[in-house]
Amino acid sequence: MSQAATELIRISGHAGPVPGAGLNREFRVAKLVDTTTCIGCKACEVACLEWNGYSFSETTFDNTYQTMPETAWNYWNLIKFNEHEREDGTLMLLMRKDQCMHCEDPGCLAACPADSAIVQYANGIVDFQEANCIGCGYCMTGCPFNIPKFSPKARKVFKCTLCNDRVSVGLEPACIKACPTGCLHFGTKAEMKELAETRAQQLREVSGFAAAGVYDPPGVGGTHVIYVLHDAKHPELYGGLPKDPRVPLSVRLWKGPLKWIGNLAMVAGIVGMAFHYMRFGPKKEEEIKPDDRRQQ
Amino acid sequence: MTTDAISRPNTGHNEEMVPRYTLAERVNHWIGAFIYIYLLTTGLAFWSPYLYWLAAVVGGGPVARAWHPWVGLIFTVSLFWTFKEWHADMKFDDSDRAWAKAIPYYIENEDDKLPPVGRFNYGQKLFFWAMLYSVIVLLLSGISLWYTEALPWSWRFVRYAAILIHASVAMITIGLFLIHVYMSAILEEGSFGSMVHGYVTRAWAWTFHRSWYEQVSGRARRTS
Repeated sequence: MSQAATELIRISGHAGPVPGAGLNREFRVAKLVDTTTCIGCKACEVACLEWNGYSFSETTFDNTYQTMPETAWNYWNLIKFNEHEREDGTLMLLMRKDQCMHCEDPGCLAACPADSAIVQYANGIVDFQEANCIGCGYCMTGCPFNIPKFSPKARKVFKCTLCNDRVSVGLEPACIKACPTGCLHFGTKAEMKELAETRAQQLREVSGFAAAGVYDPPGVGGTHVIYVLHDAKHPELYGGLPKDPRVPLSVRLWKGPLKWIGNLAMVAGIVGMAFHYMRFGPKKEEEIKPDDRRQQ
Repeated sequence: MTTDAISRPNTGHNEEMVPRYTLAERVNHWIGAFIYIYLLTTGLAFWSPYLYWLAAVVGGGPVARAWHPWVGLIFTVSLFWTFKEWHADMKFDDSDRAWAKAIPYYIENEDDKLPPVGRFNYGQKLFFWAMLYSVIVLLLSGISLWYTEALPWSWRFVRYAAILIHASVAMITIGLFLIHVYMSAILEEGSFGSMVHGYVTRAWAWTFHRSWYEQVSGRARRTS
């Protein structure tokens, strides 16, 4: 956030400690989604469209309240509904607000080949810079949450910005603003984590959800959107939230060892051929010896 | 050629030209060659951030992204036509096994110690088949990269496989391409010209493709 530009860490010719340094102000932001208090009203979906300037898309009815099967390039925020039958035969209507998770270790960014098409701000927001996007779709392969979506019209990829334009001027994201139950919170990552843990503890100790917990997956270094779930042991119940999301191994191999092996092989090949030419020189045609009938 | 007829009394036609590649073969080769260079340029731009500037050379990232698949299709067509024309000449046979065993002589430019070969030697055949199969794999993986958004999320393993396979196999073709360019344009004198004007000298044919020379010059041995 903008405060980072005003906080000093070193001062020249200054006796004593730097005023304000070491306060460990937390600039990392997070959105907390408490699925246990979400009523599925979709106000956040509408607010997202309004703030980002997209019109309503056609909905797909699939016998639930869900607007469409998955997020779209112009529909970044989607409540996923799941009618879950518990072991004791009772039903639960699970609702989870699906959007970009703003990973600490973003797979989309790792996979992207275009200079500056995806950036990560110091506050943790992962943002697409569409002007630099070339529309290759590698981010869609790198993302473990199925979030970046390709627009065939623009030939570029879009996703939730965590309202970076609002956050950068001290406002909370549009979805947070619209939530009527207060299941959405926005603040620093530390504050949100603390609030989430408190709520999870309450669910475990007071509300009888023994498996309640916080979803902040370590496989992607933690996320800047965190969930409180009634059943943190089965996140996949909540509209397919992955249990242990990681940047795909193939993306890691491709951007890691393969790159080095490939580069080394290309350079070694060129050097090897140059050496061969210097050592053995060109192949020259010989003069025909017509009587040469080599005995094999 | 300071020495004259004395050194080659019975031939006198070392400099005579033998047709090696038809006009269609040459045109197709150069279409394929320039297309490969385009695919290499744009592919390397997507391969490494340090080479991303290559995309700017050919019109920018979005243009490279849009054209690379289409141009790849043209390369596939060009290569499949080559297959139609050349697959008979590219069949492996016993002479290839003998030639493969003697490959150190080839590397050390002692070509006179190699068994005679037909129109294409073992190395050229390897290059051809490796390129053909690589391009088939590049085509299949490339289509899934082309339309990533059309692959449903439940099929994401295809995305994961394609991204790794396309890059790996592209690296193999780059190796093949480098060796091919080195050998034909730099190492073996007379090869490059033959792909431009279509002819080689009799001496060239006799030196590097003796069985083929004997066929086309009507000097084929009756035996064996």
